[in-house]
Amino acid sequence: MRNALIELKGLAKNYDNQQVLKGIDLVIYENEFLTLLGPSGCGKTTTLRIIAGFEEPTSGEVLFDGVDISKIPAYKREVNTVFQKYALFPFLNVYDNVAFGLKIKKMDKSVIEHKVMKTLKLVGLAGFEKRDVQSLSGGQQQRVAIARALVNEPKVLLLDEPLGALDAKLRKEMQAELKKIQKEVGITFIFVTHDQEEALSMSDTVVVMNEGIIQQVGSPEDIYNEPENRFVASFIGESNIIEAVMKQDLLVSFDGEDFECVDKGFKKNEDVEVVIRPEDIDIVKPDKAKLKGTVKSIIFKGVHHEIVVETEFRDYTIHTTDYFEPGLKVGLKFGPDDIHVMYRMDWV
Amino acid sequence: MKSFRKLVRPYILWSLVLIVVPLILIVLYAVTTGGNRLVNIQFTLDNFKKIIEPIYLTVFSKSFQLGILTVVICLILGYTLAYVISRFNEKTQNILILFVTIPMWINTLLRTYAWISLLSDNGLINSLLQTLGFDSIPMMYTDFAVIVGLVSDLLPFMVIPIHTSLCKIDKSLIEAAQDLGANRFQTFWRVTFKMSIPGVLNGIIMTFLLSISTFVIPKLLGGGQYMLIGNLIENQFISIGDWNFGSAISLLLAAVILLAIRFMKKIDKDETEEE
Repeated sequence: MRNALIELKGLAKNYDNQQVLKGIDLVIYENEFLTLLGPSGCGKTTTLRIIAGFEEPTSGEVLFDGVDISKIPAYKREVNTVFQKYALFPFLNVYDNVAFGLKIKKMDKSVIEHKVMKTLKLVGLAGFEKRDVQSLSGGQQQRVAIARALVNEPKVLLLDEPLGALDAKLRKEMQAELKKIQKEVGITFIFVTHDQEEALSMSDTVVVMNEGIIQQVGSPEDIYNEPENRFVASFIGESNIIEAVMKQDLLVSFDGEDFECVDKGFKKNEDVEVVIRPEDIDIVKPDKAKLKGTVKSIIFKGVHHEIVVETEFRDYTIHTTDYFEPGLKVGLKFGPDDIHVMYRMDWV
Repeated sequence: MKSFRKLVRPYILWSLVLIVVPLILIVLYAVTTGGNRLVNIQFTLDNFKKIIEPIYLTVFSKSFQLGILTVVICLILGYTLAYVISRFNEKTQNILILFVTIPMWINTLLRTYAWISLLSDNGLINSLLQTLGFDSIPMMYTDFAVIVGLVSDLLPFMVIPIHTSLCKIDKSLIEAAQDLGANRFQTFWRVTFKMSIPGVLNGIIMTFLLSISTFVIPKLLGGGQYMLIGNLIENQFISIGDWNFGSAISLLLAAVILLAIRFMKKIDKDETEEE
């Protein structure tokens, strides 16, 4: 049973007449790994800072366990934050950094020691207690920052692009590690990132944001396979986005052809947009497909080739492990469930 | 590069004549007797021994007492001022720091005379008190006057280093402390103040050194009723004419200052390494 822990209601924030958040409504559940995903300036960090208590919303409510906390100062909230650049106290060693919050709460020395040691072990830093935080590597500092937040046993851990400063290999390690820690401590993680791959691989729920508005909320699979609009489709992975007309349920028309699809519930002849992921298109002989074109370019990407096929109407991007000579006439084939129909966005 | 090197020569000559030669003379005077008659100089350490005579030790202890009192007052006022300034936005901060430094552009002597016209028995403050029907309070030639003069003179040397170190504090450290449950007071003591300690030490050393070596302010505002190190040195050279003893005290003071500056540089270095 999923219990709502945090509820954002009509959250808006203005800085000097600039609207950073334009009415955010979101429910965050207990024990979930939720990611706020979006390009820089989309309002994801501001949302996190409002939950943490570092910013006050211009309007709207933040309900925590059903109580509005938007006016309560940060130090009284049951949330803890892992900061982008860790923000460890340089004058304290690893142990004292982690113990900071417990000492503020005036806990017993032996209790503090027990908790700090347990948490350091959880993040894989047992034996580092006496080390100077300045002497640690980026990944180790990151772990101290996580331990310093978790030791307070918050109901929610907020993470503001915590992996941004790490190199690619370490990022992957920390992603897995964070996911493991979240399962182990069993609390809600709210994670902010602009990296779509990171968001998809770690989260239970992804919230895609742009220009201060939530674009879509859903599981990573939903977000990837069934983007609700052009922004989500283009931000999450590569895609072919095509303007189309929904002739009737299960029938969409674009590039001068009618295609069977699995979507319904649109108005008759409604203007829509269609997404086809590059890996869902097969390259076949020209006479075996409705869409025909010429191979314009082919780039080797490691696992696959990225092929651009020029048709009468537009260029299609296709990912395939096969090789096709540029200039070759080909056909493009995809099945009904490879086509995903979206409402057309009126603000683009 | 080589051709430009010649341009340095006038400067070398300049430093030799105005800095190195006088320094050598001071060292020479400090370890000899016989004053200015170079014919019968004798090497001796008597000048340094003389410093530890009780009469001169009182001068040192009085100087240090006054110095410490000045530093404490400067620290309390200076830290408050620096902290308040650091809360404003950057543009306002620059203007406020300018206001703090403006007095430094005016000669110390002039500023001290200004204090005299404020504090003296017929001065501005006492005239005001009398107009309001109070008795006038004698303020000139007291410790109070000297401290007021010293603090107003040295306050910028306390404010500026503290302000600099307060400005350097990463805002996210403050937020981290609040995030971990520290209220404003706890955040200040456990983070802000800790992070500003290098600035505080710099300020303490600078104001202390300047307050023990000054002689204009105690002379004019203190009325020469007590001797401080600065006055003692001045007297040896100008009134008494014992250049040897004067040089020995100067040398000792210079050594203390050099050590303090070394210490200051070490703090600065540790601080930059941290970043």
